[in-house]
Amino acid sequence: MSDTTYKKTQRAYILGFSLSIALTLAAYILVVGHHFSHYAILLTIIFLALVQFLVQLQFFLHIGRESKPRWNLLVLLFMVIIVWILVFGSLWIMTNLNYHHDHMTPDQTDQFIIHDENVQE
Amino acid sequence: MSEAVAVERKQDTRTIFGFWVYLMTDCVLFASLFATFAVLRNNTFGGPGGDELFSLPFVLAETLILLTSSFTCGLAMLAAQRKDKRMVLIWFGVTFLLGLAFLTMEVTEFSHLVAEGNSWRRNAFLSSFFTLVGTHGLHITVGLLWMIVMMAQVFTKGLKDNVVRRLTLLSMFWHFLDIVWIFIFTIVYLAGAL
Amino acid sequence: MVATFSRKRLFGYTSMVWALGAITFLSFLVWLHHFFTMGAGANVNAFFGVMTMIIAIPTGVKVFNWLFTMNQGMIKFATPMKWFLGFVVTFTIGGMAGVLMAVPPADFQLHNSLFLVAHFHTMIIGGVVFGYFAGITYWFPKVFGFKLNEKLGTYAFWCWLIGFVLAFVPLYILGLMGATRRLDHYDSSMGWQGLFVVAGIGALIIAAGIGFQILQYIVSIRQRHQNLDPTGDPWNGRTLEWSTTSPAPVYNFAVEPEVRTRDAFWAMKHSKAKHSEPEYEAIKVPKNSSVGLIIAGLSFVFGFAIIWHIYWLAPIVAAGIVLCVILRTTNDDTERTISAAQVAKIEAKAKERFA
Repeated sequence: MSDTTYKKTQRAYILGFSLSIALTLAAYILVVGHHFSHYAILLTIIFLALVQFLVQLQFFLHIGRESKPRWNLLVLLFMVIIVWILVFGSLWIMTNLNYHHDHMTPDQTDQFIIHDENVQE
Repeated sequence: MSEAVAVERKQDTRTIFGFWVYLMTDCVLFASLFATFAVLRNNTFGGPGGDELFSLPFVLAETLILLTSSFTCGLAMLAAQRKDKRMVLIWFGVTFLLGLAFLTMEVTEFSHLVAEGNSWRRNAFLSSFFTLVGTHGLHITVGLLWMIVMMAQVFTKGLKDNVVRRLTLLSMFWHFLDIVWIFIFTIVYLAGAL
Repeated sequence: MVATFSRKRLFGYTSMVWALGAITFLSFLVWLHHFFTMGAGANVNAFFGVMTMIIAIPTGVKVFNWLFTMNQGMIKFATPMKWFLGFVVTFTIGGMAGVLMAVPPADFQLHNSLFLVAHFHTMIIGGVVFGYFAGITYWFPKVFGFKLNEKLGTYAFWCWLIGFVLAFVPLYILGLMGATRRLDHYDSSMGWQGLFVVAGIGALIIAAGIGFQILQYIVSIRQRHQNLDPTGDPWNGRTLEWSTTSPAPVYNFAVEPEVRTRDAFWAMKHSKAKHSEPEYEAIKVPKNSSVGLIIAGLSFVFGFAIIWHIYWLAPIVAAGIVLCVILRTTNDDTERTISAAQVAKIEAKAKERFA
C-alpha cells in the first residue's frame, strides 16, 4: 500500500472515529438533558444515528470509495429499501390494528373510523 | 505469474462482495428484530419500562468501548495492508479486549435484569429486548471467536493473501456490528429513556 | 425450455426481465394479504389488496411471453413441454383465484376456507411442482447422461394433471359454499360428501402419478445404457449447457465460450464458421471435501436437539460445527489444477463418443 493511501486511510479512520464519538455524546447529552420536548429529542437522536451510520459507512467501510460499477452501494441501497418497507410497514399495520378496541361501543368505533379515515358525509 | 495474481485478486473481490451481500441480509434480520421491538415497546404488562430498567451512563460506556474497538480494528487493517505482522496482532488484540469488555458489560446487564425478575418471560417488551440485544451479543461473541482464530492464523501463517482477505471480512463484520449497535443504542436505550 | 420445444427464440426477452424485476420488488409489498381479517383498518387492507392485484400484471406479461413464444413455433410435446403446458394452465387459473381473494371484502368470506386451500395448492402444485418436474425431466440427461423413459413420464403427467383437477376443483366449490379449512370432518347434513369423494378420487389419481414417476426412475435407471445421451444435446437445445457432454466434465467448459447473442448454442450450431482447434489452458478446480456434508449433518443434529430440548446434545454438536469450520480454514490446499494436456485428453475422449 502506498504511503499516501496509508495516510489518507489513517486520517479517514481518525476522522470517522472522532465524528462518531461526537455524535454519540451529542445524542446522549440531549436525552439526559431533557431540554426539549420528547418528540424533538426523538427526531434529533434518530437523525444523529443516521448521520453516524453514514459516517461509519464512509470512513470505516469505505463505501464511497469504490470505483464503478458500484455494486456494494447498490446492494446497500436495496437493503435500505427492504428495511424501510419492513420497519415502517410493520409499524403502520400494527398501529392500525387499534381499530377494534373492545372498550369502545360500536357507535364509538364508528366515530373513530369516520374521524380516522376522514370520511365525509 | 502476474496473470495468476490478477485472477486471485478477482476472486478476492468476489469473496469480499459476497460477504458484503451476506452482511446486508444480516441487516434485514436485525431490521425485523427492530420492527418487533418497536411494535412491542409499550407492552410491559404493568411492569417497568425502559426508562426504569436501563442505566444510561452504563450503556454510554458500552457504546464508547465498542466504537473504540471498531476504530482499533480499522488500525489493525491498516497495519495488515502494510504487512506489519506485529502491529496487526497488537491492534487486533486491543480490539478483542475491548470487545470482550463490551460483552462482559452486556452479560452483567442481562443477569441483573433477570435476577430482578425482569427476564424475557416477564412481558413482550422484554422478550423483544432480549431477542434484539441478545442477537447482537451473539454476533459479537462469534466475532470475538473469529478474531482469536484469525490472530492464531496471522501468528502461524503470517500475512498471506488469504489471511489478509479473511481479516478484511472480519473487519467488515466488526464495523457492521458497531453500526447495528448505534441503532440499538439510539432506539432501545435512548428512545426508551425518553 | 419453452423456446427449445417451440424451436423458436423466447418472445419478449426484455419485457420478461422487467417483469421479473417488478415481481421481485412488488413481492416485498404484499404480505398483509395473508391476514386481511386480522383487524387492520380499510386503508391498510386497501393498500395491500391493490399491491397484490398489481403483481398479477407482470406475471401476466410473463405468461403472454411464453404463449407468444409458442405461437407459430414447431411444438415438440416432449415430457418437459407437457409439464410446462400443465403448469401454465393451472398456474393461471390459480392466479385468477388469488386476484379474487386480493379484494379484501371477498377475502373476508374466503379467508381460511377451502377456496383458499384450493388456491394455494393450485399455485404450489400447478406452479412450483409442475415447473420443478419440467426442469427435472429437462435437465436429467445433462446431469446423469441418460434420458428418462418418455412413456412413463407421459402417464405420470396425465395422472398428475387430471388428479389435480379432480382433487382441487371441488375444493374451490366447497370453499365458496362456506367450508372452513383445518377441520377433520364436515357434517353430512351439509350435502358436501359427493364433492369430497370426487376430491378423494383425484388424490388417488395423483398417487398413481407419483407411482408412475417412481416407476419411471426405476425403469430408466435399469435401461440407462439403451437411453444414453451421446451428444450432450438430447433436446436440440438452444443454450450453452447443451454444448457440453452429458454428464458435463468437472470443469464444465474447457474453453470459456464467447457469447455474442442470446441463444448462443443455437447460433453456434447453425453458423457456417469453421470451428478451429481450441487452445486448452490449465484449469483450477476445487478439491473434493467432505467438510460441507459433515457440517450439514451436525447442523441437522443441532436443529433436532434444539427443537426437542435435548440440551446436553446441542452445545456439543454446536462446538463440533465450529471446530469443523475452524479446521477447514487451516487447510490452505483446497484447489487442484487440471493441466492443459489433461483437459485436451478429456475433450478428445468426449469427441470420440460423438463420432
